[in-house]
Amino acid sequence: MAVMTYLEAISAGLREAMRRDERVFLIGEDIGVFGGAFKVTKGFIDEFGPQRVVDAPLAETAIVGSAIGAAVMGMRPVVEMQFADFVTDAFTQVVNMAAKFHYRNDWCVPVVIRMPYGGGLRAGPYHSSCMEAWFVHTPGLKVVTPATPEDAKGLLLAGIRDDNPVMYFEHKHLYRHVRGEVPDGYYETPIGEAAVRRQGSHLSLFTYGWMVHLALQAAHRAAGEGIEVEVVDLRSLAPMDKEAIAASVARTGKALVVHEATKTGGVGGEIAAFIAEECFESLDGPVVRVASVDTPVPHSPVLEDAFLPGVESIAAAIRKLAAY
Amino acid sequence: MATETTDAARLGLGRADLHGLLYHMKLQRALEDRIIKLYYQGKIPGACYTGWGHEAIAVGAASALGDRDLVAPMHRDLGAFLVRGVEPREYFAQFMDRADSPTRGRDGNMHFGKMSKGILPFISHMAASLPVACGMAMACVMRGEARVVLSFFGDGASSTGPAHEAMNFAGALDLPVVFVLENNQFAYSTPVQRQTRVRNLADRAAGYGFPGEITDGSDVLAVYGAAKAAVERARRGEGPTLIECRMMRMRGHSEADDMSYLPPGWKEHAQAQDPIDCFVRYLRERDLLSEAEASQMDARIEAEVDEAQAGAEASPHPDPEEAARDVYCPGDGETRWLRRSDSARAERVDAGGTGEEEGIRWR
Repeated sequence: MAVMTYLEAISAGLREAMRRDERVFLIGEDIGVFGGAFKVTKGFIDEFGPQRVVDAPLAETAIVGSAIGAAVMGMRPVVEMQFADFVTDAFTQVVNMAAKFHYRNDWCVPVVIRMPYGGGLRAGPYHSSCMEAWFVHTPGLKVVTPATPEDAKGLLLAGIRDDNPVMYFEHKHLYRHVRGEVPDGYYETPIGEAAVRRQGSHLSLFTYGWMVHLALQAAHRAAGEGIEVEVVDLRSLAPMDKEAIAASVARTGKALVVHEATKTGGVGGEIAAFIAEECFESLDGPVVRVASVDTPVPHSPVLEDAFLPGVESIAAAIRKLAAY
Repeated sequence: MATETTDAARLGLGRADLHGLLYHMKLQRALEDRIIKLYYQGKIPGACYTGWGHEAIAVGAASALGDRDLVAPMHRDLGAFLVRGVEPREYFAQFMDRADSPTRGRDGNMHFGKMSKGILPFISHMAASLPVACGMAMACVMRGEARVVLSFFGDGASSTGPAHEAMNFAGALDLPVVFVLENNQFAYSTPVQRQTRVRNLADRAAGYGFPGEITDGSDVLAVYGAAKAAVERARRGEGPTLIECRMMRMRGHSEADDMSYLPPGWKEHAQAQDPIDCFVRYLRERDLLSEAEASQMDARIEAEVDEAQAGAEASPHPDPEEAARDVYCPGDGETRWLRRSDSARAERVDAGGTGEEEGIRWR
């Protein structure tokens, strides 16, 4: 067990996978000699060589498409999108090629696409987006969103071993802001299993990614006011741990969904609809969502702070729902 | 366009090889003619696409490959499937959406592949398979396997971003991919002059740093010769080639296309360049195909087509419950890769080598 940052845990997971399995290779922009825009793969080219840490031309369609081609040949590519936002340039390859391959043909596509996503870096509309809902809405893909260093490594290793295309959303704000204990060696965090980060009896709060940390702060604050919030870190969005959601709602009777992605058409709507359909008898209040404003991610710190959910807005929603 | 500039002997093709080329071209034509008939009888769900007029390209190029090479065909390349051993029955079952078809009713028409024959399934997004073909080649290079990927696309697809990205990528990484551009001069109804200001699509290759050449897409020997040379270059580690196979559209984009956009005289001109007629004439003029051999071949094909159709028609429609299954790979992918990485040496031994031969080197 070592204490490391979220970013170091991702590096550790990649290194572990590459040492264990010669089929695993990395492909992306600036990942080899330069070590990646965020330095996740710093030093990898020295250990694994340029054939396993492939510096690709600036061409997201070619990068993702070639990873798919290598995957159907039995390799286990891990793609780095330099920023998750750029995946739009590879959209056909992700949603029409990789996602539909098994259903149409019985061929498996064991590719992991690393998606450095999310705001808080004052990076504006093209380097901050949370687009996980697009992929949750695409049958054939798995979508994971680790919030802790331990899960960052464990979900990455699970994703690499999985025979399906996995969209691995790594939050840029967490890279160097979050540290935690990470088990040594090989382990997997199971895809599709949520984790209860804090137990509480008054209200269930479902969230993932960066928002797990803000939700825990808000829950701590609410506890000071006598409201006990159960914080559930979903960790995987596709498949989603619906049993954990239903079990938590059954315990508390109230559900709050918090995500950083914009509200309309977001994953929160799907969670709310699931709770309404399957947990109606347990409910003792409306299902409430806290999410970003329905706009592109603004660049100015003042505007971005107004755009994002924060501890304050989450705490306010907790108070209001608890009082319902 | 189909002239006598090619020479079967120079290409190392004997009488049996030439008959093989003709057989596969004729089989493609016969199968597609039958499918068109079935389509108008209402037996083919959805739209109906054929490779009418493209037979010389599909058959000629695919015939230039070795057994362990790989193909990423498009929707006009049934001949490539046949050359690699896909059964006519599978083709019919696929078009009829039957339970035992390659996609088991999940996808239709030419949207299928076959792992055991190294054929990547095509999707509707034009040129989307080109980047995937690059990755297949990249995997071979990484594993030291001397295999080549043949990647087909059309004149319309040549305008897309993925085509550009893939060819540039293949050039930059020196991948063993041969890009076969089937220029029938119309993308659905849009003439190639409206696709680009470039006069020769093959010239694009210069921008990617590898050779580009134009060949007669209605001359199977010309296509075979160009593909063979390109495949050999790729196998030697000399990188990609773009082959523009130029021909004239003989049939609509799909059966829903009335071809009203074709200029006057086009159909007659195209008819005169029918790749099958041209090749039969070539063989007959050189005494490489007797009258008896020709009629035997036709009879054999007719019987095969009848049998394949009957076999497909006898197979059931999918169970409705199949609609919700198989979205995800259940985790047994291990058994189903095109080739496993640790098998590179074994493959070379299988192929008759010692296992120590060099694959294609990464630049």
